[in-house]
Amino acid sequence: MTALDTVARAAATPQRPQPHAELGLTDAEYARIRSVLRRRPTDAELAIYSVMWSEHCSYKSSRAHLRQFAEKAPPTEALLAGIGQNAGVVDIGQGYAVTFKIESHNHPSYVEPFQGAATGVGGIVRDILAMGARPVAVMDALRFGPADAPDTRRVLPGVVGGISFYGNCLGLPNIGGELAFDPCYAGNPLVNALCVGVMRHSDLKLAAARGPGNKVVLFGSRTGPDGIGGASVLASASFGGAGEGAKRPSVQVGDPFMEKLLVECCLQLYAADLVVGIQDLGAAGVSCATTELAAGGAVGMRVTLDAVPLRDAALGPAEILMSESQERMMAIVEPAGIGRFMEICARWDVPATVIGEVTGTGRLEMTWRGERIVDIPPGSAADDGPVYERSAQRPASQDELAADDPAALPRPAGGPALRAGLLALLASPDAADKSWVTEQYDRYVRGDTVLAAPQDAGLVRIDERTGLGIALATDGNGRYTLLDPYAGAQLALAEAYRNVAATGARPLAVTNCMNFGSPEDPAVMWQFAAAVRGLADACAALGVPVTGGNVSFYNQTGGAAIYPTPVVGVLGVHDDVRHRLSIGFREPGSSILLLGRTAAELGGSLWAHVTHGHVGGRPPAVDLDAEQRLAAVLAAGAAGGLLAAAHDLSDGGLAVALAECCLAGRTGCAVTLRGDPFTCLFSESAARAVVAVRPGSEAAFAASCAEHGVPAAVIGATGGVSLEVAGLFGISLDELGAAHGQTLPAIFG
Amino acid sequence: MAVPAGTLMTARVGVITFPGSLDDTDAARAVRRAGGEAVPLWHADRDLHGVDAVILPGGFSYGDYLRCGAIARFAPVMTELVAAAMAGLPVLGICNGFQILCEAHLLPGALTRNAGLRFVSKDVRLRIENASTPWTGQYAEGQEITVVLKSGEGAYVAGPIALAELGTHGRVVARYAGANPNGSAGDIAGICNAAGNVVGLMPHPEHAIDALTGPGADGLGFFTSVLRTAART
Repeated sequence: MTALDTVARAAATPQRPQPHAELGLTDAEYARIRSVLRRRPTDAELAIYSVMWSEHCSYKSSRAHLRQFAEKAPPTEALLAGIGQNAGVVDIGQGYAVTFKIESHNHPSYVEPFQGAATGVGGIVRDILAMGARPVAVMDALRFGPADAPDTRRVLPGVVGGISFYGNCLGLPNIGGELAFDPCYAGNPLVNALCVGVMRHSDLKLAAARGPGNKVVLFGSRTGPDGIGGASVLASASFGGAGEGAKRPSVQVGDPFMEKLLVECCLQLYAADLVVGIQDLGAAGVSCATTELAAGGAVGMRVTLDAVPLRDAALGPAEILMSESQERMMAIVEPAGIGRFMEICARWDVPATVIGEVTGTGRLEMTWRGERIVDIPPGSAADDGPVYERSAQRPASQDELAADDPAALPRPAGGPALRAGLLALLASPDAADKSWVTEQYDRYVRGDTVLAAPQDAGLVRIDERTGLGIALATDGNGRYTLLDPYAGAQLALAEAYRNVAATGARPLAVTNCMNFGSPEDPAVMWQFAAAVRGLADACAALGVPVTGGNVSFYNQTGGAAIYPTPVVGVLGVHDDVRHRLSIGFREPGSSILLLGRTAAELGGSLWAHVTHGHVGGRPPAVDLDAEQRLAAVLAAGAAGGLLAAAHDLSDGGLAVALAECCLAGRTGCAVTLRGDPFTCLFSESAARAVVAVRPGSEAAFAASCAEHGVPAAVIGATGGVSLEVAGLFGISLDELGAAHGQTLPAIFG
Repeated sequence: MAVPAGTLMTARVGVITFPGSLDDTDAARAVRRAGGEAVPLWHADRDLHGVDAVILPGGFSYGDYLRCGAIARFAPVMTELVAAAMAGLPVLGICNGFQILCEAHLLPGALTRNAGLRFVSKDVRLRIENASTPWTGQYAEGQEITVVLKSGEGAYVAGPIALAELGTHGRVVARYAGANPNGSAGDIAGICNAAGNVVGLMPHPEHAIDALTGPGADGLGFFTSVLRTAART
């Protein structure tokens, strides 16, 4: 055991070598810390900077680009808190505000699928809770390697099991998400978790410590040696006195029961108005919470680090600072409120400990066994980390990709071949029925779930009296983004926007999770920069601001990066969820309309992917004006009670959409195609939807389409027990259902 | 404890919240939707506040550590609840509540891991086998209803003697009418005690009270039934 590295000792031994490189800090970053402190950092300070200046916490490679989300944000009065807070907060009317965010847990979920995915849910729920909101629903956007690959059979059931375990036990309905497969995710599955919470306007809480003399309270689980700063951190035996036995697991372990208690406890603390400021403990644990709370309030903070309750008494100060033990929160509480605060925590069996107080010094100071081991300006760790302008270079291979036009691929011609083509798409893991996954998630708890998977978007009722509700969808298509990162990001937004609109909701705000390869690869950085620019431009065009999100870099195994995969979540408002639209054809005799224009757009399509394993050419054209007009027609159709069903067109085009409508409502349909049948069935042109119009409302809906400038063509009618395409083929619902339903159970048991 | 007939039409139904209870707000909503007054009961309380019936809701009480329902059984509120149940108070345990009633020996048998070893969340068809309990009086015997099943440990098991006893004395309240979703013995979804006032049900009727937020309103009958019973007493 080496002697405790105090501030005084650091000042007295400026030349002592420190393991900054092992902790992931560059020589320049280490020099910068010495310059900020005007001495070498102590071991504890080095621990704080190493985690706070990590890519994950500091966004050092992405920050220069992410600024566009704020700079280009459309004018809106709906945003009550934006980027930089734990999650953005949006006004949805009637005095309610909603906060939502999506975050990645990709790497932990690959190493340990069950706990990795479980703690991904736990982490995003605490982000929402820290804003003052009651979490009301979760979603998950998942991407894996080929469904039948041996490693996918290890990772997928574990990830789904972890989400099921944590979310179900926490009592949050899982209302949807995505499940996609591609070889590019084989060594890097994507596990992106979204949570949404609801509050009254007045309940908004910010991560800022205020009022010198106020107490700093750490509450929730005890701090243990789990998830300490990643595997490389603390690998040095000479660091922080950690011995050989201190090789700690780097994936955290979740306890959803404690999280449930923490949620109810926090909500009662908020209701009693006992919280001045609050922060959840996620990545970088105590380091992050203390520096961000102090920096957020422009105050100082004095912390007695040995007051932190431990699960393992052998933990040293640096380990405590870097531990990512789950289910912990930090609150700033006035001294007069401490007694009541502790009573409420005790009622919920949540351990709570005063570990320090707010000061007016502007310094974050920490002591250990009575000695000063940290004395830093908190903003230097929380806000003023390094920012890199990484070099970005469009790779030459991009031209080859674009030139590889899917028009050259052999296409099915004639009824039997088109029929077989549709069945093959429906049976592909990407388009197959996802019940194997969603039946492991509780969608009903809390009693407000109006729509959940396989609907276009999840829909949750917020006010039982008025019917106010919120719709949420996440979308992303790595193939499109590979072919054109700028357009691909816009298409992800457009699809989520369209999915929310297809329930009859009005899209309002955006969150995103940017999953990319290494930012040190100029080709990846080019993809990232283009995707961010595309998304920011599209948000401005559609009038929906980005309220927050997350960047996940280094999604690659060796030199092979994943497809650039921005996953975009859109939140919409439903004035009355009783008027929601669902995808199922339920009654015979409704006319079916195809809304929007169809062109021959098959670059990056599901058909090319499933039938030919092909990715090339151009993704579908982006037309944000058309998306806006389509959304307006769908909202008007829902509010006016004109529509019996609505479903957006995306992967697999009209053919897959019609099959899903028939299966969801257990009613067939007969349609007639005009133009090239293959293009009509499988093209993935954007800004399209298929709707079933209530009998008697045809004229009113046609007038609405004309008014909004949305092309609308009657293509057939609902009814019967099969999907009939005139002159080409018919498929019974039973055969469609068998093709759609058997794939995932056959693979995963 | 019971409300004199004719003086008050609204029965008071207690809903116990244990640490980790999740469907307590749903059960309370179902009581209100049926026309009753939902009374929150706290696990650490030692009295039942004079309610006319009690629901133990679904969830993961105490994290289901050790065994589902095993710790909740020792909650302070359970002492009074067991005494009241023995004296005839209508008690309904849903999902985790059913598990707690088994652990408390108010009902025989136990709930074990689903046959498929995975959590199962889906709409299920039930056949009401006993329409004479305070919780099922509004149904007809043999009536089929659709409610929600969502559990990881929902497979009902009991010894051969106990199973025979349940069968021959009409103590199976409901069975799964479609494919057995979890491997329950005899397709059993719900049972009652010998007196009929204590019912345990694995699926969730409180999630089927409104077609807007569930598969329909078939589950509401459990709540209207007990209000009718309470109003009679």
